[in-house]
Amino acid sequence: MSATVAAILALAVGTYAFRLVGPLLHGRVELSARVRHLLSSAAVVLLVALLATGAFTEARGFAGWARPLGVLAGGVLAWRRAPFVVVVLGAGATTAALRAAGLG
Amino acid sequence: MRSLIRTPSGAPPALDPRLLRDVGLVCLAGGIVGSSFGAIAVAGGLPVWVPVVMSLIVYAGSAQFSAVGILLAGGGPFAAAATGLLLNTRTAAFGLAVADVIGRGRLARFVGAHLVTDETVAFALAQRDPTRRRAAFWISGLGLYASWNLCVLGGALAGGALGNTARYGLDAAFPAVLVALVLPALRENTDVRRAALAGAAVALALTPFVPVGVPVLPALTGLLALRRPA
Repeated sequence: MSATVAAILALAVGTYAFRLVGPLLHGRVELSARVRHLLSSAAVVLLVALLATGAFTEARGFAGWARPLGVLAGGVLAWRRAPFVVVVLGAGATTAALRAAGLG
Repeated sequence: MRSLIRTPSGAPPALDPRLLRDVGLVCLAGGIVGSSFGAIAVAGGLPVWVPVVMSLIVYAGSAQFSAVGILLAGGGPFAAAATGLLLNTRTAAFGLAVADVIGRGRLARFVGAHLVTDETVAFALAQRDPTRRRAAFWISGLGLYASWNLCVLGGALAGGALGNTARYGLDAAFPAVLVALVLPALRENTDVRRAALAGAAVALALTPFVPVGVPVLPALTGLLALRRPA
C-alpha cells in the first residue's frame, strides 16, 4: 500500500505545483496585454478541446453516438441562448433518451 | 476575448442568483460523478481512504478516475501517477489564465490554486467584469470542492447504489457545461473561435494515437490561428 500512498502524493504535489505557477507568478512578472490575451485564449482553446474530446471519445476510441448527439443538443440550446440549466439538463436527457432507445 | 484588466476593487460582488443556480447545478452533477468515483474505487477493492484522500489532495476528476482505473487494472502506482500528472498539465495554463481573478493575497493564491479546475476556469471566464469573475471563481471553486469531496466520501461508504451513471446521460452533461460556458467567448470573437476549432480538430485527430489526456495539450497549436492584434 505504501506505493499507492507515494503515487497519490506524487500526483497531488505535482498537480498542485502546476496549479500554483500562475497564482505565484501573478504580480511578480508583468505580462503584456498581448501575452494576457494569449493566455485567456489558450484557456478557451483548452476548454473547447476538452469538451470536444469529452463529447466524442472514450478511452482513445469513439464514445458512441448518444453522447455527442446529447452534447450537440446542448450546443443548439446554448446557441439559442437557453438558460444554462436547460442546456445541461437537455444534453443529459437527450443522451439518456437515446441510450434508453438503444443507441450506444 | 474580454479584457482582463483589473478595476480597483470596489463594491463587494453581488451574489447573482443565476450564477448561484448554475453553480449549484454543476455541483450537483459533479457530486453524482464524485459518488460514482468513490463507489468505483471501493468496489474495485481499494480501501475507503484512497478515493477520499485522493479527492481532497489531488482534486481533479479526470486524473482521479484514470489513476484509480490504472491502480485497479494492476497498471502500477507509477503509471497511475504519471497518467494523472499528464492529464493535469493543463491546470498550469488555466492557473496562468485566471491568476488575476484569484487575487494577490498569500492565502488567496495558495487556496485558490487548489481550486483551479476546468469548471471554475470556465465559470470565471464566462463573466463580464473582473468583480463577477472573481466571485464566480470563488463560489464555484468552494462549492465544487465541498460537493465533490462530500460525495466521494458518500459514494465510497455507500458503494455502487447509483449504478451506471451513463444511464442518466451525465457523460454528456459535462461537455455541455463547457459548451454553455465558452460559447459567449466563441460567439463574440471570431479569432478565438478559429483557434479553438483548429485546436479541437487537432485533439480529436490525435486521440486514437496517444495516451489518454495527451491530446488536449497539442490543441494549443490552434493558437497559431490567432491573428496579431492590430
